[in-house]
Amino acid sequence: MALPQVKQDATDARLAALGEVTATGWSAKVRADALARVRQMGLPGARDEYWKYTNPARLTSVEPQAASLFETDESPVFGTVDRLRIIFVDGVFDADASDDLSLEGIEISRLAEAQAADIHWAKDVYGVLEANGQTPVERPLAALNTAFATDGVLIRVTGKVSKPVALSYVHANTQSDAILHHVVKVEEGGELTLLENGPAAARFNKVLEVEVADRAAFHHVRAQGRDHERQAVTHIFARLGEESLFKSFTLTANGVMTRNEAVIELTGDDASAHIAGACVGDGDFHHDDTVFITHDAERCESRQVFKKVLRNGATGVFQGKILVKEGAQKTDGYQISQSLLLDDDSQFLAKPELEIYADDVACSHGSTSGAIDEEGLFYLRSRGVPKDDATDMLTLAFLAEALDEIADEALAEEILDRMAGWLVRHRA
Amino acid sequence: MLEIKNLHVKLEEEDKQILKGVDLTVEAGKVHAIMGPNGSGKSTLSYVLSGRDGYEVTDGEAALEGEDLLDLEPEERAAAGLFLAFQYPVEIPGVGNMTFLRTAVNAQRKARGEEELSAADFLKVVRAKAKDLKIDADMLKRPVNVGFSGGEKKRNEILQMAMLEPKMCILDETDSGLDVDAMKLVAEGVNALRDEGRAFLVITHYQRLLDHIKPDVVHIMADGRIVKTGGPELALEVENNGYADILAEVA
Repeated sequence: MALPQVKQDATDARLAALGEVTATGWSAKVRADALARVRQMGLPGARDEYWKYTNPARLTSVEPQAASLFETDESPVFGTVDRLRIIFVDGVFDADASDDLSLEGIEISRLAEAQAADIHWAKDVYGVLEANGQTPVERPLAALNTAFATDGVLIRVTGKVSKPVALSYVHANTQSDAILHHVVKVEEGGELTLLENGPAAARFNKVLEVEVADRAAFHHVRAQGRDHERQAVTHIFARLGEESLFKSFTLTANGVMTRNEAVIELTGDDASAHIAGACVGDGDFHHDDTVFITHDAERCESRQVFKKVLRNGATGVFQGKILVKEGAQKTDGYQISQSLLLDDDSQFLAKPELEIYADDVACSHGSTSGAIDEEGLFYLRSRGVPKDDATDMLTLAFLAEALDEIADEALAEEILDRMAGWLVRHRA
Repeated sequence: MLEIKNLHVKLEEEDKQILKGVDLTVEAGKVHAIMGPNGSGKSTLSYVLSGRDGYEVTDGEAALEGEDLLDLEPEERAAAGLFLAFQYPVEIPGVGNMTFLRTAVNAQRKARGEEELSAADFLKVVRAKAKDLKIDADMLKRPVNVGFSGGEKKRNEILQMAMLEPKMCILDETDSGLDVDAMKLVAEGVNALRDEGRAFLVITHYQRLLDHIKPDVVHIMADGRIVKTGGPELALEVENNGYADILAEVA
């Protein structure tokens, strides 16, 4: 079916600006296929149902909007954690600033260099999970990423890794337009914690594909940078094997346009997937969490916990779906999305969905929008806690359920400190 | 200690006068009780004194040790030494009881220009006081009042009072929802705090709490005013004959 003319034109313009797909080796075909998917789907437009609450114009335009750099004298997030650092500056791997990439139990290679090499495992993941995630809902910006990604890392985990791998994104050029694609495979019994932080670029399109094999575990903690003007679209595609564990948490503070999608498929029995997000936005902040979890095996558990604190006209969006396929008996699915609106100008738009084809499952979902609890506020103040501090306490308490999804206490503490700092800086 | 003169208060939302000229003086070291039928304005008085939103003072004044209370924010009143034990203590999910207590204690100390308590010192003090009120470690760890029974909530109020060491304590129907044992425990907690420098205003419907917390003065409140003041025997009179006789007598 032909695309609507507006969409066709926008897609053509963007693809023309990106130029040829220039990969060699094993990824050439994968990228060509991805490009074909983009042409067939067209880039998202404001009229698309899946983009009803978030206008994709800034993510699909030929050129990114310039984004000024964020200056701070604060210590970098996760700075106190012993980690293997991999630095990207405006989407380009910085070998000098990064640590040595060798570590026991893990193989790390750079996407830009690995394409020519014969990396069997990556062929089964790169662009494969993304392609698989295009049904039943199309995600053209992820296909665009597979076709045009200029850098990224391929990480294979064969054992329990002694320290987290931290991808740190530095934004140095106000016009940068970065496309990064990472692939992670955690082999049977392996365990990895992946950290991500920083704004990366003026515009950032990032895909993370994660294959978690049987009895493997993947932990992911992300703090998206505070550059307020940056525009970001990110996708996580994850496939989970038997008795595997996937846990992902994202903190977003500031950002005029952020769309974080997660597409998770539980394909092995007794697997567990937890995805959580806490965001704090002030003013012309727009944040969209779009999650699609498919249960395709028995006795799997999934949790989605998303909390948004919004003030001064900020907008929060949540689209979350749990699909339970036929035969996925004893599924335990939980989904909660909540917003705390600190004034009357901010808004929260939520679309929770359940689609269930098995008859023996327990799935629950809830979505709420509310103000600070005046009773609680008075109670705290009557004990001597000043109003601003009391408001922050109640706000952090609201965010706590999302934070509980971070398994590592030190990392959770680090994120909590960042949230508390943000609240103090953004008081009414 | 607490001096209230001709206090008139109406609800902000509707044009309804609740307090119609309350005069009350509570001296340091004394325990005053206020009794009265439902709707007489007892709880409103406690809320207005502690600074809750929704009330408008149309006339009169209230001062704590000579300092005008009515212009202060709730947290400033607390730092000045006022404490209200709530009739319905509020549940605060996500805020640990211990964190809450420490934040409150240190906020008040900071407001008064005192040094904050260290985590270790605080812990030592809170453990000792909690033990007296039979509050276990689990209750201290749990979110504030969440899942607490009626008795646990009231004991938690008294623990806060013990930690904050206020000068003027208002207890709003602290006996409601308590069985006899829990009431004794709460009363013991209050009595332990009785001190020459501290005053209490005990609001209650029933005489039975006053068996355990012996008042020096008893006031009867009706229709927004203190209509009669006497000694402890006044509470017994209410217990035996109800309010009807007293109200008829002052009408």
